[in-house]
Amino acid sequence: MNTSIGKSIHRKEAWDKVCGRAQYVDDIPLAGALSARLLTSSCAHARIKGIVLTKALSIPGVQAIVTGADCPEHFGPLLQDRPALAREVVRYAGEPVAMVVALDEATAEQAVRLIQVQYEPLPVLLTPSQALAPDAPLIHKQSNGYKKVMEDIYPEVGSNVASRYQIRKGKGQKALEACKTVVEKRFYLPPSDHVAMEVRSARCEIATNGDVMITTTSQAPFSVQTQIASAFLIPSGKVQVKVPFVGGGFGGKAAVSLETLAYLASQRVGGKAVRLTIPREQDMASTPSRLGLEAMIKLGADKEGRLQAAEFTYYLDCGAYSDSAPYMTKAIAVDCTGPYRVEHLSCDAVCVYTNRTYATSFRGFAHESYTFCVERTMDILAKACGKDPLEFRLLNAIRPGDLTPTQVCCTNSLMGDLPGCLTHLKSLGEWEGAKPVQIKADTVRAQGVSCFWKTENPPTDAVSGALITCNEDGSLNLHTGVVEMGSGGQTHLAQILAEKFKIDAQQIHVVMEVDTRVSPEHWKTVASLTEYMAGNAVLQAADDLLGQFRRNGALALDCPEEEIAVSHGRVYSIKNPELFIAWKDIVKGYKTPSGTSLGEPILGRGGFMLKGLCLLDPVTGRGRTGPDWTVGAQIVEIEADLRRYTYRILRATTVMDVGKVINPESMRSMVAGGMAMGISLASREYCSYDAKGIPQAPNLRTYKLMHIGQEPDYRVGFLETPKEDSPYGVRSYAEHGILGIPAALGNALSSAFQQEFCSLPITPEMIWTMAKEREQ
Amino acid sequence: MVRYDKKSVITLSVNGALQDVVVRPSDLLLDVLREQLALTGAKPGCKNGDCGACTVMVDGWPIKACLMLAVEAEGHEILTVEGLGGATAVQTAFVVANAFQCGYCTSGFLMVCQALLTQHPQMPEEHVVEEWLQANLCRCTSYQEIRNAVMLMYEAQS
Repeated sequence: MNTSIGKSIHRKEAWDKVCGRAQYVDDIPLAGALSARLLTSSCAHARIKGIVLTKALSIPGVQAIVTGADCPEHFGPLLQDRPALAREVVRYAGEPVAMVVALDEATAEQAVRLIQVQYEPLPVLLTPSQALAPDAPLIHKQSNGYKKVMEDIYPEVGSNVASRYQIRKGKGQKALEACKTVVEKRFYLPPSDHVAMEVRSARCEIATNGDVMITTTSQAPFSVQTQIASAFLIPSGKVQVKVPFVGGGFGGKAAVSLETLAYLASQRVGGKAVRLTIPREQDMASTPSRLGLEAMIKLGADKEGRLQAAEFTYYLDCGAYSDSAPYMTKAIAVDCTGPYRVEHLSCDAVCVYTNRTYATSFRGFAHESYTFCVERTMDILAKACGKDPLEFRLLNAIRPGDLTPTQVCCTNSLMGDLPGCLTHLKSLGEWEGAKPVQIKADTVRAQGVSCFWKTENPPTDAVSGALITCNEDGSLNLHTGVVEMGSGGQTHLAQILAEKFKIDAQQIHVVMEVDTRVSPEHWKTVASLTEYMAGNAVLQAADDLLGQFRRNGALALDCPEEEIAVSHGRVYSIKNPELFIAWKDIVKGYKTPSGTSLGEPILGRGGFMLKGLCLLDPVTGRGRTGPDWTVGAQIVEIEADLRRYTYRILRATTVMDVGKVINPESMRSMVAGGMAMGISLASREYCSYDAKGIPQAPNLRTYKLMHIGQEPDYRVGFLETPKEDSPYGVRSYAEHGILGIPAALGNALSSAFQQEFCSLPITPEMIWTMAKEREQ
Repeated sequence: MVRYDKKSVITLSVNGALQDVVVRPSDLLLDVLREQLALTGAKPGCKNGDCGACTVMVDGWPIKACLMLAVEAEGHEILTVEGLGGATAVQTAFVVANAFQCGYCTSGFLMVCQALLTQHPQMPEEHVVEEWLQANLCRCTSYQEIRNAVMLMYEAQS
């Protein structure tokens, strides 16, 4: 019987969070620290003619002002193309240009306003199409001169292309010509923002011996350590990075940004502690946001409605710097078809610089974006083939034996069960078909369906680790490098460990703070890989612990080690279960009644490294980038007012194959949260820019998010097709709730309003504009 | 009217205790609670009154602490999440209903709910609950969980 897996236990940190005790970076007292504030660019693209600091420096309390001239280093996780502070050129509005360090925040802010910067405007490029035009000015003059951190990044000389990936499988163009039905559609998705409720923040202090101490709101403390160490030529052991609770990340805090600035600030004031806080407005305009996307999609089917061939062109708008966008571009290429069997295909995915806030990973790692384009086209093709959209997807769903775009052969373990998801979705989501139902005059109810899949794109050698220490009451302390930012991974890891020993999860204490000097490295808390990677490390550490319990137990019970078993908090002899000792009595070794000491203190260690992944073949794209796929299907149901061009979202349903349900309630709510983000993204969110590239809504008043009362009814169902090498079979699932929701909503609205929506967000204004255009 | 010119000592009543703090006239209640009294449960999510993460109760009503000056709070009863008490109906309801993930907006939602309970001891109609809770933003949950927490909170009262 399970003691822990499959149980809806509360979050380990639940009571800390409802009592105001959970500490986030800015909650940690820091007496005597200096404050740093940023001056950011007011132009989207300009040459910096001069910066005058005199007035600002004259303010009492100002300790230092740092500009790009002070920092020649460039940064980036894949391609080092970004200066910490703009040097000579600004490439987006909001780019940090100067940083004031002062005794307090108010003084720093006052000095920031007195810095004078003279700009010479340069042409502004706001979409990939503009940036790819033959005569487009170059945003980076020598992008091929930047240092590559990863080998598979391909910046192109004399263009605004940061990287490019291609897939070629089967016959390509010829196969498309042979199809009975071919549809083609173009899409444009604007960028948006993560809007984690906690604004990014970083602190740094440099000790006299050169030790660097950074505390930050990061999903990737070990990347902060590596990037700071390598950029400033510091041995990495001298860089210590701490991350307490993080107030939401959604990928946005996986990028290293403020940490570098905090380091520079502290360095300039002799290593004193400096805290760099930014207002919400800068969090939205200056630090990275979500990508934009242009797509051209062509799908062809035979007379039975089976997908035969496809052609994809994706232009990813990465903004002014590449950050993790080249890998998001690769991620789109790898999964370009959606979860369908397509024998002949070509895909070109291009990562393009523009003069917008640069993009970094966002929940879905670009899948939330391209899935909208593919799934909208799938609906159009289903209609052209005269098929029900759900049945059409079922017919074409990827199955064991099929090849993915990068020619990985599907198995149940690798892929899960998409047909099963669709079948379950049909009943859970009460599928009634694509045809809208008239409710009253001018009001219809309509449903839209979509599928999704996602594999991960980590470095091929990403690692994770776990340490287990013991308490004298028999409870265990679990240390990992996983950041707790809301995704509940730590609680699930405790459940995985508790189950292994058949003890109550209450007996597992989780160390929430990550400290690179204490915690074993976990690559990054991204890609929903916590349960798989850290979970495997935890199981390894548990095995290690088990061996030690056996050794100590054998000595204490005076019988051979092979005869010892460990379960339910006891160490006992298999031959004679009456002969046992509570494991709490041997955690430090064993002392016999006569005082003799036996054995050793117990300390479990486990490590895990991804295996079997490779780089893609540059011509065909053949290769494997992630350990598995997660598949699922979703329905959104809406009620549309055809006269007012408005709509209400009634219900959203997801069925996902998660491999194993570790914690029903936490997994349900994580998926529902993802769906909510998808609905918000598809119905109201985008970063608006004026013609000069100035962000128009970098604050929470004009940038619209969902409030309570605007949400539909959410339904979540799970399938459990185990992944063979994962703890209890669990798959990545935490970010996936968002993936098909924009598409399902788009499909429902397209059906209700009889318009093919090809952009997001779908607002009443957009619906009205399209209707008026059609009338004319 | 009291006139504050420069840094002055004022006395705030916070969580049932009187506390002296040194403030400039322009200091926000939020910053004073967090930096001088170490009550960091109220969070600076936007400092613009949009997100509600800094909500505290003032004389039984929810107030965004980023929209109130510390000097304005003198003479009023301030209650922050730290002063709620621990296993109260609202806190228990949020834990049981799994009404948070990252936890950053939680203090604010708890204080709005506690104020709702104070002003409406019987569960009001749904639209009233919505009106009250629309002052706050949550980016992690689907809001369904928070709705359920409000129901559980009232159930625990009856």
